[in-house]
Amino acid sequence: MITTQHLTKRFGHVEAVRDVSIDVREGDRYGLLGPNGSGKSTLVRMLLGLVYATSGSISVLGEPIPRHVGRVLPEIGSVIEEPAAYPHLSGRTNLRLLDAAGPHGSRRTRRRRVDEALEQVGLAGIDRRPVRAYSLGMRQRLGLAAALVRRPRLLILDEPTNGLDPRGIRDIRDLLIGLNADGTTIFLSSHLLPEVSALCTRIGVLDSGKLVLQDQLASLQEPTGRVLVSTDDPERAVATLDGLVERRDGADLVVRSPDPAALNARLVEAGVPVRSLVVQRRSLEEIVLDVTGAGSDQFGVPA
Amino acid sequence: MIAVELFKLVRRLRTWVSVALICLLPLVVAIFIAVTHIAPAPGSGSAFLSAVLNEGQLYPAAALALVLPVFLPVAVAVVAGDSIAGEASTGTLRYLLARPVGRTKLLVAKLIAVITFAVLAVVAVTVTSYATGVLILGPSRAAAVGTAPGGLSGSIAPGAGGAPTAGLQPGGAVTSLSGTPLTTLELIERVLGAMAFITVSMLGVAAIALFLSTITDSAIGAAMGSLAALVISEILVTLNAASVVQPYLPTRYWLAWIDFFRQPIFWRDIQRGFAIQAVYVIVFLAAAWANFATRDITT
Repeated sequence: MITTQHLTKRFGHVEAVRDVSIDVREGDRYGLLGPNGSGKSTLVRMLLGLVYATSGSISVLGEPIPRHVGRVLPEIGSVIEEPAAYPHLSGRTNLRLLDAAGPHGSRRTRRRRVDEALEQVGLAGIDRRPVRAYSLGMRQRLGLAAALVRRPRLLILDEPTNGLDPRGIRDIRDLLIGLNADGTTIFLSSHLLPEVSALCTRIGVLDSGKLVLQDQLASLQEPTGRVLVSTDDPERAVATLDGLVERRDGADLVVRSPDPAALNARLVEAGVPVRSLVVQRRSLEEIVLDVTGAGSDQFGVPA
Repeated sequence: MIAVELFKLVRRLRTWVSVALICLLPLVVAIFIAVTHIAPAPGSGSAFLSAVLNEGQLYPAAALALVLPVFLPVAVAVVAGDSIAGEASTGTLRYLLARPVGRTKLLVAKLIAVITFAVLAVVAVTVTSYATGVLILGPSRAAAVGTAPGGLSGSIAPGAGGAPTAGLQPGGAVTSLSGTPLTTLELIERVLGAMAFITVSMLGVAAIALFLSTITDSAIGAAMGSLAALVISEILVTLNAASVVQPYLPTRYWLAWIDFFRQPIFWRDIQRGFAIQAVYVIVFLAAAWANFATRDITT
């Protein structure tokens, strides 16, 4: 759905994106991660033909960008950094206006499509109040609705849950997972790791403009060979598992063991009351922090 | 896209406030003149103003002369300067372009919206000032004594014993600057001609403001920049030392619409005025297009 090859963008002397080759496949829920200033937004803008690459190539839906933006963009819905709307007009009017501005927005179905998109994002009941009076969360939902009006094959979302409360974040996540199940490919950029971890199937990580990691989330999160055990009798557990316990924190133990079932059987046999037993996986946070440096908003002492 | 831009134009309060302000100025002037009966002496003051006490129907011409130097170009510069820069600073520009709206198409739609605004303002001034002229200053009073033949400064020689004109307000015919009477039909034609010329005169400013609007993300900056260009032009037009560049200045032929009120119409400066505006529009639109089509949209 999206392929970039050796994509580079320089603004003056600053290389915002350096030699990035990403690959988003049909049906993916792809999360682009990276600290502030790592080039996520510049990359997203290049995919949409807003910023022109210095070198390298982009293909979206099989067509070269920016040459064929006119053919590709009608099938894409996007949220680009913050949502934006004409503040003196109502949300509904804004959506209709944007729909009327470009191709593939049939006037006959416009009213219905706009109403459906508003319903999808939980704004079905908005009245004629101008967008100026909307809360940040409502604007974010409106921006997402604008992306959905033409039922796109591909959603490109830059920080789509910014400004939403916890319920809003979950609503949008459920909506995106539902759309993805119906065949929409989702590409989102974020620095909210829990969000990406709960939503995405595949991730790419940018750091200082370079792609430092790209893989299926599941394979990045293979079991580490350790099991987290919680028990009311940690003394007996440590005695039983002599030498396998790597770390002990009160009633919680980190145990080296490739086979959680066997470990559980052994503990139960020894009469250790096991309260919980979980296979340890690397968190997305560990994965990302491992491969990235400090963000552009942090100024430490030069090394 | 053009329909979308026109919709945005008419749904903005600013459009109507500025049109109302432009219409208000001639009304205020008319009230002062009607109350005091002191019109500027022929040959001094704003064009046509000396004649309106006698010929209320000429007030649209006087009103256009009042709003032309400042009010109208300021309003046009604000609307044109806002067209791209305003969308960029609110962030709606990126959504329009990602919709997608072609960049050339967007520029053309914006220009058409600005022209529509200029037409709207000129028509509103003409209509309201005609009503003002007839209602406040009264219809043509050919009997009133007037002197002074019209000069380039634009006063009207009133009451040159007009031929009867059908359908005109009671009182008689309006007189041309050349002293001969104008029939109602001729007057309408000439007012329409002047309206067209003044609208076109605004296109040069509009094109400069539109160009600046593609360079900066500050709508105010683009409007001020184009107004600065106008002020410089208006100063140079009156400066003898600058006579070399005068024929090419955007405001050089701004007053040529007065020639529509001569008998017969004096076409030379009118044609030059149209031509110079066409050149400014072509040059600055091309520059706007060249800049906008290749620009990175980072706002």
